[in-house]
Amino acid sequence: MSTTTKPDSTGTSTPSNRISGSEAVVRCLLEEGVDLVFGYPGGAIMPVYDELYKYSDQIHHVLVRHEQGATHAAQGYARSSGRVGACIATSGPGATNLITGIADAMIDSTPMVCITGQVPKHLLGSDAFQETDVMGITIPITKWSFQITEASEIPEVFAKAFYVAKSGRPGPVVIDITKNAQFGELDYQYERCEVVKTYVARPDVGRNELQEAADLINSAKRPYILFGQGVILSEAEDELKAFVEKAGIPAAWTIMGLSAMNTDHPLNVGMLGMHGNYGPNVMINECDVMIAIGMRFDDRVTGNLEKFAKQAKVIHLEIDRAEIDKNVKTDVALVGDAKEVLGLLTPLVNSNSHEAWHQKFKECDAMEFDKVIQNECSPTEGMMTMGEVIKNLNKHTHGEAIIVTDVGQHQMVACRYAEFKQTKSNITSGGLGTMGFGLPAAIGAKLGAPDRQVIAVVGDGGIQMTIEELGVILQTDVHVKIVLLNNEFLGMVRQWQQLFFDKRYSATEMVNPDFQKIAEAYKIESKRIDERADLDQAIETMLDHDGAYFLEVMVGKENNVFPMVPSGAGVSEIRLE
Amino acid sequence: MPQQITIAVFSENKAGLLHRVTTSFTRRKINIESLTASESEVPGIHRYTIVVEITPADADKLVHALEKQVDIQKAFWYSNEEIIFREIALYKIRAEAMTDGSPALDVVDRHHARILSVEEHFTVIQKTGRREATTQLFKELEPYGILEFVRSGRVAISRPMKELKDYLVELKIASAR
Repeated sequence: MSTTTKPDSTGTSTPSNRISGSEAVVRCLLEEGVDLVFGYPGGAIMPVYDELYKYSDQIHHVLVRHEQGATHAAQGYARSSGRVGACIATSGPGATNLITGIADAMIDSTPMVCITGQVPKHLLGSDAFQETDVMGITIPITKWSFQITEASEIPEVFAKAFYVAKSGRPGPVVIDITKNAQFGELDYQYERCEVVKTYVARPDVGRNELQEAADLINSAKRPYILFGQGVILSEAEDELKAFVEKAGIPAAWTIMGLSAMNTDHPLNVGMLGMHGNYGPNVMINECDVMIAIGMRFDDRVTGNLEKFAKQAKVIHLEIDRAEIDKNVKTDVALVGDAKEVLGLLTPLVNSNSHEAWHQKFKECDAMEFDKVIQNECSPTEGMMTMGEVIKNLNKHTHGEAIIVTDVGQHQMVACRYAEFKQTKSNITSGGLGTMGFGLPAAIGAKLGAPDRQVIAVVGDGGIQMTIEELGVILQTDVHVKIVLLNNEFLGMVRQWQQLFFDKRYSATEMVNPDFQKIAEAYKIESKRIDERADLDQAIETMLDHDGAYFLEVMVGKENNVFPMVPSGAGVSEIRLE
Repeated sequence: MPQQITIAVFSENKAGLLHRVTTSFTRRKINIESLTASESEVPGIHRYTIVVEITPADADKLVHALEKQVDIQKAFWYSNEEIIFREIALYKIRAEAMTDGSPALDVVDRHHARILSVEEHFTVIQKTGRREATTQLFKELEPYGILEFVRSGRVAISRPMKELKDYLVELKIASAR
């Protein structure tokens, strides 16, 4: 922080301290270490864009093709890098186009700061051109928001925005800046925010609760850990591993917790949720002590709450107090940061192995393999399956790639079968289920982790929702690999129609464009395959190519994702077929 | 079972904050029966007193969701037994109904209501109390012609002795960690 000029001895600011609001916006971003923003210019944000032009050697602006793309790219960037994603849009439609991404970041706890232009203060409420009530619209879907109407407010609000976005349970913040505040002047001085008196970022875990939790764990016969993204957000991967290994407890991840542990870790039993693994779901109703870490008992994880772990004592380690007892009644609440609390808890638990209990998971795995995995991942006839494509990706990436998915069947298959050896490697829209997330999020993820291989696994439905972002790949030369699993259907909806609506395929069949021509138009190397024999080579070619690549794989039109916990059913009622 | 719950929310007084408070209710489809915004005993801290009809379990969740908001300091919920509460009601009555010896004056007297203002064409009566009491007075004055009626939201004081200041000190220590 210290690039600012201090006030002189008379207490007034030196002339160099006097800058415009729009320059202050850019300098605040620099103070927070932002060197990359995703955005789209327009009338009410033009002064800021003018400053971005002047500071272009310090901040790289990525021009998206639709503001929604900016939010998802910022999310992908935040999740691959662990930093705060930043995006900029103009007022009115520019701001409203951000809404889906903001809501997505809110429910998936992604740190993001969105800056929106606004009409001048004197026109607020007058239905001016491109005026919309951004505060009113975004309040329910932001962690915090503020409308700046005077230039002098800019440094303090930006400092608070970045602090709030990344601290505690992270989330999106919106800063709406009227045009007069951008044009206005201020005596610029920046101080990073480290405390907000009305807000507790890191609650202090209770010592008594820690001991109670340890006692429960030490007396458990069938303890079971469920962990989520909180582990990744608090960078508690090592602490989780140490805890799991010492206590010898089987651990299952939520879709947002994927990659927080290695896939092949012997104590990692797989994925929870509607399309998760069989054992992890069934054992919820067999365990005697459940230890939930950095997860929020989403309904896609719990199924029917009346049939969820009623026999178990529940320990819930969570930084957000509002999650405790929200869905599942907790016996011991450990309200705090996962890294800190696990660090304190592990010394209190006894070493154990629980071998007989592990064996039960293995028996379930064998059933799932026979009924589901074998056919999905190693078919020998018929059209290709999504599962065999993901397995082939694993073979070539050795679990080192970042896998970004869109939403639908391909997402569930990718999350089920992709292998991970590094944290922050799974980027998906878990809570909101936003179709169109995948492509822009992958672009952001690659820019956030340029040295890693980033693969967007998308469906033919989702990619068409944000396909315009191929323009970013063209203009910014982002080396993402896109694997389109094309079944010419909105597959997940079709699956539900087949299972629960007597195969009435209402509005789910897709007449698609020639994706190869689209890729070609954007000057992206591409290939389309529909023969199993070509898969291995096609993936190798894609990964070896020095640049972006678009691989379209034609897969079975009416394949289903199993296992499946039907909507409204309990987790034990999971179906293998 | 849903019951009458009074929620007290303490925050700094900032534009847009009321919207943040009320969205916590509307997204859960909880109807707000009454809402009062006022100062508190701590300088710079405002309080919202909000009356709703929900279960204690939902009240717990709601209060935690409110406290999670960055600009909200503290939120509490109380059953009616845990608070002392009042509302204030004003009744505008035709002047001729309130002349000497009128039975309407007896009604006002019996209810310990106050005559706030006597004007040429009307009289304004004030009654402070619980809703049932102000409603009963309304019913009894109705035959004499009520020109206008208004009732405030609930104001409530909690019975527990722990002061807001103590919570704020705890919060200050916690947020500075």
